[in-house]
Amino acid sequence: MITAPVLPVDMRVTGLAKSFAGTPIFADVSFGLPRGEATAIVGANGTGKSTLLRCLMGLIPADAGEITVLGTDVSTAPPAALRQMRAQMGLVSQKHNLVPRLSVLSNVVHGLLGQRPGIRHWSQSLAPAASREAAMAALDKVGLARLAQRRADRLSGGQSQRVAIARALVGQPKILIADEPTASLDPAAGEDVMDLFFDLARQEGVTVVFISHNIEHALRYGDRVLGLAGGRMPLDARAESLSAAALRGLYD
Amino acid sequence: MTDTTAHAPARYDRPSALAFLGYAAAVVIILWSFAGAGFSVDKMLSAPPRFADFVDRAFPPNLEPQVLERLGWKMLETLQIALAGAVIGVIVSVPVALLAARGLIVGPWVNQIVRTILGFIRAVPDIAWALVFVVAVGLGPFAGMLAIAIDTIGFCGRFFADDMEGIEKGPSESLSATGARKLDVVACATIPAAMPAFISTSLYALEKAVRSSTILGLVGAGGIGIELKVGFDLFDYPTAMTVILMIAVVVIAIEHLSGWARTKIIGEQR
Repeated sequence: MITAPVLPVDMRVTGLAKSFAGTPIFADVSFGLPRGEATAIVGANGTGKSTLLRCLMGLIPADAGEITVLGTDVSTAPPAALRQMRAQMGLVSQKHNLVPRLSVLSNVVHGLLGQRPGIRHWSQSLAPAASREAAMAALDKVGLARLAQRRADRLSGGQSQRVAIARALVGQPKILIADEPTASLDPAAGEDVMDLFFDLARQEGVTVVFISHNIEHALRYGDRVLGLAGGRMPLDARAESLSAAALRGLYD
Repeated sequence: MTDTTAHAPARYDRPSALAFLGYAAAVVIILWSFAGAGFSVDKMLSAPPRFADFVDRAFPPNLEPQVLERLGWKMLETLQIALAGAVIGVIVSVPVALLAARGLIVGPWVNQIVRTILGFIRAVPDIAWALVFVVAVGLGPFAGMLAIAIDTIGFCGRFFADDMEGIEKGPSESLSATGARKLDVVACATIPAAMPAFISTSLYALEKAVRSSTILGLVGAGGIGIELKVGFDLFDYPTAMTVILMIAVVVIAIEHLSGWARTKIIGEQR
């Protein structure tokens, strides 16, 4: 096994366990995320990948174990400190989760709410010039500046996921989290979105954690692959040391 | 192929003994209610001639220009009471609903207390609220407007809260994940997502307000209801009939208008 290069660690998880209503989801999960690396999480349905991501952001509490993200202890941090931590993270999810009736630009401006709370970031029409420019710059990066005024529910799937990426990037996060970002897209649009997402993440030197059911994606875009199976995390390896066949074994 | 044919289930399930007792009890309660309501075949048979007598005396309705003008102004006042009360009620309902919606801003205790208060508001009939406000602020349309407003809060506060509880949680979660505060999440994700439901509920509230406002005059809370009462009290049935027809026309018109506005504003959604 190749040892990881010594990089500052943005996220460290030790002995994490989570159960729902007495049914254990996973236990004894430990890993660290070095700055600037992309880590893929793979595993069959129901192994708790999304749950793990939610625990990392403090959106749901873990049962046991420690999570430190950007120096914040997620399980003990008061709400304000958690918000401050999340303001340095971006989330892209499977269903894009844009607010349907609002404009694309308003949706991207919302990405700044963690850093700049309050009514001025409720809508693009109230937003300060600097925030509007930041949002337009983020939209430009995903190639959709021309659709800034369009309502979010009038976008195609691929466009809508790009807007979600712009929203996640607008606050210049240190960590990007993606929960199956291509699950609701056709294969071609999925490739485009993954290429764009990782180009931008690497340009900005962002640490990435992403869930993927696509083994090729996990190996191609991940520097490292974590695998969940049987309520544990039996796989933690550099992507280049893994074969697609070895990863498929995880789904049996 | 298999040699057995699949058997369809029995057409009817045999009710359990307990269910049978339940049905029997329901029938008894319904019959008992007829007795309690003074159901009388004699009166049913004697009513049509008396009703015909009323209709005979009420028709033709009073269509004298000065009566129509007076009633027209009263009808306008009625609509003003309804609109003003409904608008105030809808506006106040938004913050109230934020407190009543479970898992949104405040804890379950506050939700329960607010929902109980809203339940109480709804349990008291609009006409009773009008009586209370006539005592509080005196006779006239202002008492009626307050009654409509509080009635609307009872209705919209509860349904706005239900609407917000029922929306898809994804967008809110994505905003929480950026570190947004609860209030910001509600303003940016929850309320925009619930807006079509809010508009629909508000239009129903307006229809309800127009119906209510037409009878508030019976207790002196303004509007056309007083004309109805005076008409019956003075045995001026033609004028009373004019009032009834006027109310019917206006209420039906408002229902159509509100239905049209509903499809216009939110109909093309999804």
